[in-house]
Amino acid sequence: MSIKSIDPRITRENLSDVADQNPIKELNHWQTYEVFHQTKKGDHHIHVGSLHAPNAEMALILAKEQYARRYECVNIWVVKSSNVFTSDYDDEDIFETTPEKMYREAGGYKVMEKINKYKKERKGV
Amino acid sequence: MNGINDFTEIQTEAAKNLLYRLADDQLILGHRNSECTGLGPILEEDIAFSSMAQDKLGHSQALYQLLHNMGEKDPDTIAFTRKVNEYKCCHLVEYPIGEYDFSLMRHFLFDMSEAIRFNMLSSSSFEPLAKIARKFKGELKYHTMHAVTWINQLGTGSGESPFRIQKSLDVCFPLALGIFEPSKYEETLISEKIFFGEKALQEKWLEAVIPVLKNAGLVIPDIENVTAAYGGREGIHTEYLKPLIDEMTEVYKIDTGAEW
Repeated sequence: MSIKSIDPRITRENLSDVADQNPIKELNHWQTYEVFHQTKKGDHHIHVGSLHAPNAEMALILAKEQYARRYECVNIWVVKSSNVFTSDYDDEDIFETTPEKMYREAGGYKVMEKINKYKKERKGV
Repeated sequence: MNGINDFTEIQTEAAKNLLYRLADDQLILGHRNSECTGLGPILEEDIAFSSMAQDKLGHSQALYQLLHNMGEKDPDTIAFTRKVNEYKCCHLVEYPIGEYDFSLMRHFLFDMSEAIRFNMLSSSSFEPLAKIARKFKGELKYHTMHAVTWINQLGTGSGESPFRIQKSLDVCFPLALGIFEPSKYEETLISEKIFFGEKALQEKWLEAVIPVLKNAGLVIPDIENVTAAYGGREGIHTEYLKPLIDEMTEVYKIDTGAEW
């Protein structure tokens, strides 16, 4: 039996309503690529997601529509997911820090920003 | 530079004829390509192809709007209520989506012509059209990048892909030559610098597509022995156009006055 759908395109395809029992062989799968986009020249590229592609050129072409069609974007990077070397979640504790070392946290810089902004404004007066 | 009101009667007629040809190609191919939505070979390509189909509908809308500004009916009425023989699209855009290799090859051959056409039109003496053409530039650049990358990928691929893409080229090539079917307004369009003409466009198109196809390892059909699929520009269409229009206008015709 073929699938009858309210979507005429599906009906036209004469698709069998029996599911395909042959899953794709592992080697036939495409690789995944991680996608980074840049919203403004000079900004950092930010990771926005991943996609399947057979090579880097195709990944770039596909990334444009997946990740840059709705938002402002001036540049895209694609990187093979397998080329990303990651830390292990089991080692998550390496990022913990003892509360006695406030001096090592970057909070102080924010104050400097405020001070500089104030100085700049004063100059304008 | 010419605005809408600077034309003589024959110039207006020529410009309108050109706009109908361009807009109908965009509408019909946009609709056809949107039929691939949900059926694309992989999710990523499905999204990209659907998005480009939407671009095409947007292009047709802009061109129908310009026609409306020139005194024709509003875009929806023009797009959805004409008789089949009043459409001026070429046969290439009418064919069913077929297998994906056919849709991709059509996309490549058509969009290469489209990118060159609108690039030429961006210096048209008809300023409102030139303005629209300049607006399309970025989208069309992506469409051709996408198409060229795929053609190269499949032409140089393994297994059955080079064979299938070659076969779709052989099928599409005579149809694609129909894009450049000259109208009776060619002389007016050229002398008024509204458009450089279909013949000039076809030459530039061949210069652009042949290296890409050769680079992908494909054999170029012998243009001398190919009969271009003409007729569409005069309203003579393939059997595929009417069912497409019936389906496309099905919802519109339920309530033509509905506000969307």
